[in-house]
Amino acid sequence: MAFTLYLLLQAALLCVNTITVLHEERFLKNIGWGADQGIGGFGEEPGIKSQLMNLIRSVRTVMRVPLIIINSIAIVLLLLFG
Amino acid sequence: MADPHQLFDDTSSAQSRGYGAQRAPSGLGYPAPSASPQAAFLADPVSNMAMAYGSSLAAQGKELVDKNIDRFVPVTKLKYYFAVDTMYVGKKLGLLFFPYLHQDWEVQYQQDTPVAPRFDINAPDLYIPAMAFITYVLVAGLALGTQDRFSPDLLGLQASSALAWLTLEVLAILLSLYLVTVNTDLTTIDLVAFLGYKYVGMIGGVLMGLLFGKIGYYLVLGWCCVSIFVFMIRTLRLKILAEAAAEGVPVRGARNQLRMYLTMAVAAAQPLLMYWLTFHLVR
Repeated sequence: MAFTLYLLLQAALLCVNTITVLHEERFLKNIGWGADQGIGGFGEEPGIKSQLMNLIRSVRTVMRVPLIIINSIAIVLLLLFG
Repeated sequence: MADPHQLFDDTSSAQSRGYGAQRAPSGLGYPAPSASPQAAFLADPVSNMAMAYGSSLAAQGKELVDKNIDRFVPVTKLKYYFAVDTMYVGKKLGLLFFPYLHQDWEVQYQQDTPVAPRFDINAPDLYIPAMAFITYVLVAGLALGTQDRFSPDLLGLQASSALAWLTLEVLAILLSLYLVTVNTDLTTIDLVAFLGYKYVGMIGGVLMGLLFGKIGYYLVLGWCCVSIFVFMIRTLRLKILAEAAAEGVPVRGARNQLRMYLTMAVAAAQPLLMYWLTFHLVR
């Protein structure tokens, strides 16, 4: 089983792409995972669901531009080297 | 011709020049060999200057690297993890194979900083995991060699595969720790250290498998799997379930239950990975 670091990088890139692509209005709001639907007051424990929603929103905000660059590099590399 | 950019004197040409220059007027056979390279060295101020410039550039570069290396690789923190001695390594290996009798799993603190591994057997270190990883790769090569399946790139493949699994484990555990909002002092390097301890069991299993065949492999691997399971649970319980472990009573049922599940999942993943990374080496 050749589970190399390169494969891990590819998988990570695909996962981050998946998280970034989840559309806020068309999808997340419909399943109740919108960014403004999770504010549960100032209790001590945020709970897993609100942590996940926070994570999705932060990944989307932070990784939008770097992902464009990284994806372009990946596409060029895959075209050149297969 | 002295090149002004070269940092080191070309003493061969200088010596021949020195010989030739001295031979012509005096006609002696052997001019003093020590005089000619020195004469060429001192008589060539350009290469002298170039050498001084080069060495000052190197010193500046070294300063820059030393200043900035701490930003990317926490070198001072890493030094703590390698502060081990033979006694510690011996006792820790014994603990990894037989953790059932050890009573006190708390790391001792010394004014807010954890004590170095040399003085406390419960402290995590990176020496054993690093050595165990390298030994695992070598033992994998040995195992493949005895089955006539060896080729040098397979060695790199084993190493990279084990490293990739380790990275995946660390990322998965960090993600779950974030999702469960555990306020723990478990740093990433600590986690790498704890996850690296399973390589010791893997080496034991593969070596026994080489000596005694599949039965020996399964026996020793089974023993090491259970030991690592108990070791991880007892160690992580103190880090992740800090409140409950300190008080001895579960404070809030649901939250602590989630943390308990997380600990059990992390500990259960160790035997699985130990088997997955070694079963193809023992035939």
